[in-house]
Amino acid sequence: MKKTSSVPVHTKTSVMSTAVVQHIAKLANIPITSAEEKKLADGFTTTLGVVDQLKKLDTSTVEPTHQVTGLQNVLRDDGIDRDRMFTQEQALANALHTHNGYIVVEQILDQE
Amino acid sequence: MGTLNTLTLTDAIRKLHNNEITLDALYADVNSAVSSKNSALNIYLAQDKYAEKSAEKGTLSLLRGVPIAVKDNFLTVGLPTTASSKVLDGFMPPYESTVTSKLKKAGGVIFGKTNMDAWAHGSSTETSDYGPTKNPRNPEHLPGGSSGGSAAAVAADMCIAAIGSETAGSIRQPSAWCGVVGLKPTYGRVSRAGVVAMGSSLDCPGPITKTVEDAAILLNVIAGQDKYDATTSPVQVPDFTKMLKTGVKGVRVGIAYIDHEKLVGTPAAKAVEQAAEVLQSLGAIVDRVPLSQTLKDNTILTPDYAIGVYTVVQRGEVSSNLARYDGIRYGHDRTHFGDEAKRRIMLGTFTLSKGYADKYYVKAQQVRSLYIQNFRQLFSRYDVLISPTSPGYALKLGASKDNPMFGELEDMLEEPSSITGLPGINVPCGHDKKTNLYLGLNIVSAQWNEGLVLRAGYAFEQNTYWNSWLKKDK
Repeated sequence: MKKTSSVPVHTKTSVMSTAVVQHIAKLANIPITSAEEKKLADGFTTTLGVVDQLKKLDTSTVEPTHQVTGLQNVLRDDGIDRDRMFTQEQALANALHTHNGYIVVEQILDQE
Repeated sequence: MGTLNTLTLTDAIRKLHNNEITLDALYADVNSAVSSKNSALNIYLAQDKYAEKSAEKGTLSLLRGVPIAVKDNFLTVGLPTTASSKVLDGFMPPYESTVTSKLKKAGGVIFGKTNMDAWAHGSSTETSDYGPTKNPRNPEHLPGGSSGGSAAAVAADMCIAAIGSETAGSIRQPSAWCGVVGLKPTYGRVSRAGVVAMGSSLDCPGPITKTVEDAAILLNVIAGQDKYDATTSPVQVPDFTKMLKTGVKGVRVGIAYIDHEKLVGTPAAKAVEQAAEVLQSLGAIVDRVPLSQTLKDNTILTPDYAIGVYTVVQRGEVSSNLARYDGIRYGHDRTHFGDEAKRRIMLGTFTLSKGYADKYYVKAQQVRSLYIQNFRQLFSRYDVLISPTSPGYALKLGASKDNPMFGELEDMLEEPSSITGLPGINVPCGHDKKTNLYLGLNIVSAQWNEGLVLRAGYAFEQNTYWNSWLKKDK
């Protein structure tokens, strides 16, 4: 899934700030400590430095490739495959918290 | 105790078929190797207690009940599957991966699950949340990764054959470092269904084995279109063992990448030059392919750019694939991700975010197209390209620590073929007697040409002394 939330603009191409790191951590739902922020920012800066090398290649007339073997529109029959269905027991077997045959999740809506 | 654990898959099948050996004796020797070595090498994360019982059911099928080690990112009913991450600690899959299901149907036994870099993020097996695996050839060194446990299981004769998966180098590089054979098939040749997803446009399951013939046997079993993976191809699957022994006479071989600045004068480059001479002496037509910084006919585009392409594409796909781990339906919550997974998820999120997707993700996919064009032109001129698999011998334990680009740099020679979906094989092509470590030859061909890759690998292996299972006097 393509993420669409915007990230604070960082001006220098290959330097990533801790502010950007905090924002990405929020988007990606990755809990990080403030001690990790600086280390991550430095690591991303190194990595983006390598990625920035791609700018040297002219791709103005090149189409991007998303699928390398040329398959297109592979669809399955619109039906139920009973061989793949889980029983309720199987579906719940790995959930940490269950109640009366349901998976228990954290409340995300207000009580009213 | 005997040494039946050192049998190749080919020999084990033949001997079981001819009743020259019994399954009991075979399992006794494999179990004995595991008991004596596993705690020191840290290869198996889980083992099937009933493996031998399952083996009896397979005796009349192709694989005759032989024990196969499987990387811990393949879902296996009855055996925990963690992808070496604490997020999936204790996870018991409710369904079976297509690959392991095919192995079982062919009479193979999933003997145990092997350690790997957590989520397959890495090239050392050091990012595993269950500790690093050590290289059985020299335990002070890394086995490579991410399929380091599977390659090590083969090298240590703690199984008869193994299965790994590769996104960019994860089968071939640990195979090179452990001195074993590893085949990365064409993207879409082998189903990804039931494999913990990493980079979905790149991931390829494949065999890690003692010999090239063993790899051909396993590829026959696991290849083919699968209705549970829409990216598997309808292209026909030949019998890969059939053309295996027909030699390389007239095969056009291009030597690639050894003029790269990181390789000039290295033992890896020299080993590949010698390998080229061997292939030439067997009748192949050998030529050097000059390295180029831009797309140009009859030259090979430097792998340097593939590092950037792979980094962006793979991290983008990682951020999407690992978004599903919420600790609700299965697994533990996102506080359990290790450092490497955090780095990859976050960078992928960044490069796919608004304002940056065109700059990074689309750009990377455009350069990916350049590599496809480059290989298409080269494969009109050459049948296979050869290069070192890794720039050097296995590095020491600890080498990957705090290096956010460790894997990308170690795997730079596989990345161009991975981002373009090509098949490639690693075969041992050099050995350092002092350290007991190996160098690997990477043989790559056009899509769906695994047959030729195996044939070239077989011819090389049979006419050299590098394979430790093929006893020959030097």
